Amino acid sequence: MDRAAIIGVGMNRIEASKDRDTFADMVWESVNLALDDAGMTIDDIDNVVTTSNDFWDGRTISCMAVGDASGVRNKNVSCVEGDGTFGAFYGLTRALSGAYGTTLVTAHSKGSESVSSLISNASFDPIYERSLGMDMVTACAMQAMAYMHRTGTTQEQMALVSVKNHGNAVKNPLSQLPMDITVNDVLASEIVSDPLHKLDCSPVSDGSCAVIIANEERAEKYSGTPVWVKGVSFCSDSYFLGDRDISRAPSLTRAMEKACSMAGISRPDREIDIAEIYDAFTYQELLWLEAMGLCKDGKAGALLEKGEFNMNGRLPVNPSGGLLAGHPVIAGGLIRIAECVKQLRGQAGDYQVQARRGIAHGVNGLCGQSHCVWVLDSEK
Amino acid sequence: MSKHLDDIEPMIYESRISVPYQWWAGETASAFFVSLRDRKIIQGTRCPDCSRVYVPPRKTCPSCFNRSMKPVEVSNSGTVTAYTVARRQFASLPRKVPVIFGLVQLDGADTSLLHYIEGVDPDEMSIGLRVEAEYAEERTGNIRDIKCFRAIGQERS
Repeated sequence: MDRAAIIGVGMNRIEASKDRDTFADMVWESVNLALDDAGMTIDDIDNVVTTSNDFWDGRTISCMAVGDASGVRNKNVSCVEGDGTFGAFYGLTRALSGAYGTTLVTAHSKGSESVSSLISNASFDPIYERSLGMDMVTACAMQAMAYMHRTGTTQEQMALVSVKNHGNAVKNPLSQLPMDITVNDVLASEIVSDPLHKLDCSPVSDGSCAVIIANEERAEKYSGTPVWVKGVSFCSDSYFLGDRDISRAPSLTRAMEKACSMAGISRPDREIDIAEIYDAFTYQELLWLEAMGLCKDGKAGALLEKGEFNMNGRLPVNPSGGLLAGHPVIAGGLIRIAECVKQLRGQAGDYQVQARRGIAHGVNGLCGQSHCVWVLDSEK
Repeated sequence: MSKHLDDIEPMIYESRISVPYQWWAGETASAFFVSLRDRKIIQGTRCPDCSRVYVPPRKTCPSCFNRSMKPVEVSNSGTVTAYTVARRQFASLPRKVPVIFGLVQLDGADTSLLHYIEGVDPDEMSIGLRVEAEYAEERTGNIRDIKCFRAIGQERS
């Protein structure tokens, strides 16, 4: 792959309800933060990729409605429906195509404005499944149960992910749910769907994120500090949950292997300094870590107990607080990229860790049907 | 954003999208539903390349990209491979909690079918539970023609 870099990131504060901001207000703000961060103006942006979902936005062709706030006037704009990491993947390929030197990627959602359960229920097959009434939380609870059954991971270990990530969020001024809690607090919280407690689940959130990607020629022309894209890949699994062994994530393993191979990384467990991964639920952080080869299969819970994934551990995972501390759907993965960029630039403030090379990860589909993995590096 | 907007009362516009759909189920699902409705038999399809039997049936093999899937009958009984007990009354749920959802691998099938599990105390539920299809009295040709999968005993834990 030709060289490319992320040269600007912009995020606004994740909140339970941004009742003073429309979706366009949020996007406008994050786009301008990203432009300022990169030292660019909207005129320096060659093309735009927006990421949105029609059900969450409550309008069809939602990508076009967000165009004005993304500064697309007189520009080529395209849209990805799904997580922001996938929009960024498309944006990267456009920047590398030779047709454009820079791509602005945006992602947003306002979970507060609708009913998550009904929207995620609509992602199930209408012919065979939807009328049964399963939604994202209950589907992921089923995955958590299968994962615990296969690996022996305990509820206490899962709860510790919640303790760690909410605790990390205390130092992140953009997070929605900074909390000093204990494993007992998690286990005492409402059981929403076995085995998941309320504090095993990410909250409903409003927020947006913008990222600017540039090819090598343009990456160093502006005042922002580039973070280099060394590897990136996405891979998908079967649509129906019953076609997969949902206690595993083979498509994530494949995406990770390919991204690492592009980056020349053979031992990701030793060569990655920080990971921002898609912890929509506590068990997912553990399952994804194992599937990515960042630790041995079935061992993430035990290693977490030893502190390996803490801020000062072998591999800090979600030092930002992750999605458990704030989860604007669609923007979730793009925020992982932006947080990873901040870490690699040394701009993460009170939650800064020592890092040269990092992983950012996004998920699309029920129970991690597809995964997108980015390997980012502060050095060219 | 701008300071002069700080004391404006935030207004909310209430709305909903209500659009009826009529999905053509396709030939493969139609055969599945006719079989459920008229014969109380669960059909899958077998891929001639990988020999996997898919339930619910697919017209094309998701693994091999093969389109010559052949219909096969599978057992009404099977094993729960994953489950959850919904405890909160989520908006998507059409019935009162607790609701047990399970993936059921029917004997003769290589994949699992999503459905309700009944006949077991939610606190006693476990992966490996043996279950059997219980059919609705009035069957109209949809997935709810299977009322649920009812526990028939524990095979393995």
